[in-house]
Amino acid sequence: MSIPKICGIETEYGISVVGAADMNPITSSSILINAYANEVAERTRWDFDGETPQRDARGMDSLVSFPPEVETHLVNTVLTNGARLYVDHAHPEYASPECRTPRDAVLFDRAGEIVLRRAMAAAQGGMPRGQSIVVYKNNSDGKGNTYGCHENYLMDRATPFVKIVRYITPFFVSRQIFTGAGKVGSEAPGLDHSVVPFQLTQRADFFEEEVGLETTLKRPIVNTRDEPHADASRYRRLHVIIGDANLSEYASFLKVGTTALVLAMIEDGALDDLDIVLATPVRSLRQISYGLDLKTEVPTVGRGEMTALQIQWEYFERAVKYGDREGFEALGSEDQGAWLLEEWERILSALERDPMELADTLDWVAKLQIVSGYRERHGLAWSDSKLAAIDLQYHDLRPEKSLAARAGLRTLVPEEAVIRAVTEPPTDTRAYFRGRCLEKYRDSVAAANWDSLIFDVGSDPLRRVPMMDPLRGTAHHVDTLLERSGSVVELLRGLGAEG
Amino acid sequence: MAERELKKKTTTTRESNEVVEEEVSAKSESAEKLKADLDDLLDEIDEVLEENAEEFVRNYVQKGGE
Repeated sequence: MSIPKICGIETEYGISVVGAADMNPITSSSILINAYANEVAERTRWDFDGETPQRDARGMDSLVSFPPEVETHLVNTVLTNGARLYVDHAHPEYASPECRTPRDAVLFDRAGEIVLRRAMAAAQGGMPRGQSIVVYKNNSDGKGNTYGCHENYLMDRATPFVKIVRYITPFFVSRQIFTGAGKVGSEAPGLDHSVVPFQLTQRADFFEEEVGLETTLKRPIVNTRDEPHADASRYRRLHVIIGDANLSEYASFLKVGTTALVLAMIEDGALDDLDIVLATPVRSLRQISYGLDLKTEVPTVGRGEMTALQIQWEYFERAVKYGDREGFEALGSEDQGAWLLEEWERILSALERDPMELADTLDWVAKLQIVSGYRERHGLAWSDSKLAAIDLQYHDLRPEKSLAARAGLRTLVPEEAVIRAVTEPPTDTRAYFRGRCLEKYRDSVAAANWDSLIFDVGSDPLRRVPMMDPLRGTAHHVDTLLERSGSVVELLRGLGAEG
Repeated sequence: MAERELKKKTTTTRESNEVVEEEVSAKSESAEKLKADLDDLLDEIDEVLEENAEEFVRNYVQKGGE
């Protein structure tokens, strides 16, 4: 039986300053995060011990790899909903708390949008007249610079990494037909609007390798970063860098849900009979992204040419059988699993008939409908900057400017739940313990991390509480203890007693 | 694949023509509504789209991340 697919979404937001276009983005990102930390939430330091982004899942030090540097001097904070909010490189980043179900991953990703929106408002007070910081939930500036929306999934350490790569690669290359956020034009060298007027994804232009450790150059389809933030003898964390940031809750749910399910199936050997091996995955990734009619065929080894839809149907059919046999415990909810399959089938069927039927469901279709409609109405060339502006503004987080908010996208989580998720953690992962401790013992939490909390109890040395299992520290585990512990000393004593 | 096609066929087969016709007319009505919705949306975009699109797009420059 596969292990629970604890999951989360980390989003690097685009940032710009109206009235001061040349402001250093590290400065503007820091202003933004500081404003939120100081005015909206209290600040708790992030603890960098245990961060090993350079460790490779393939078990070797790659000589050509350039691991990302951890920038400890940049602004970093942890929120009472269990999320981390910080400045990463030159972007504000929100990393959701660990979630037990795909729906929660969507909920807490949406909560991140509210956090960034509140941060924009909080930062406004300190800005010079005529200037304001604006945040975009996208992945590219249209000029060849990209930034990521990464997903994370808890995996069983016993599953060989080569097996994950084997079965997840065709899935990642084909899932973009519903995960893509859409983009006007291409940022790959030599492809102007006459060749690629519009494509399915923000990110396909930027992938150059099949497997690798990098995230900032020579981006790989399967990232090998081996930094489990948990007991490394039992778990790995699959760090997925190939997705787009979604504004559509449905697209986000499908993205995380289908990926979590496929990973569970890999662990349980439910894909062992799948014989799809892409002959040229990197090239196929782009070709599929450029083929708006979804009829693009890509070469496989031994199966001839296949479309992304054909590949997806093969995963889907096995998922149906898997669900019948094993249920959906891996996704944390039988109901969500069953519903995920229904939606997956609905989306694939609609994409097969006419993708434009999904203008209320998928980001790339919603954006394409707006861009094409606008283009036809005003008789514009695909290279017209108005269309690039629409593309950009689709992702603008300001309610008065956002085009995604106007696109009539179906929603999946109630707005009240999203607002609650801005401050309250999920109840069924260790994020609960992190978030509740921050809320209740704020002054005594010296630092926080994914897999530990550090308490300052006054005279004694700092006390580290390890949280090496993402499935422990839930409301079920710790609520009674938290309720009866009026102080951190009592909490630590209680934890010690429970071993 | 065959299994899926079979399933799709059984779910889309209708017993009488009447039902099918109703569906067709409902579909064209909803298509008209969609077009009207899109027109409204495009009107709205004309209002909220950044005034100087060229400058807006030119100024949006990001550093790479991740």
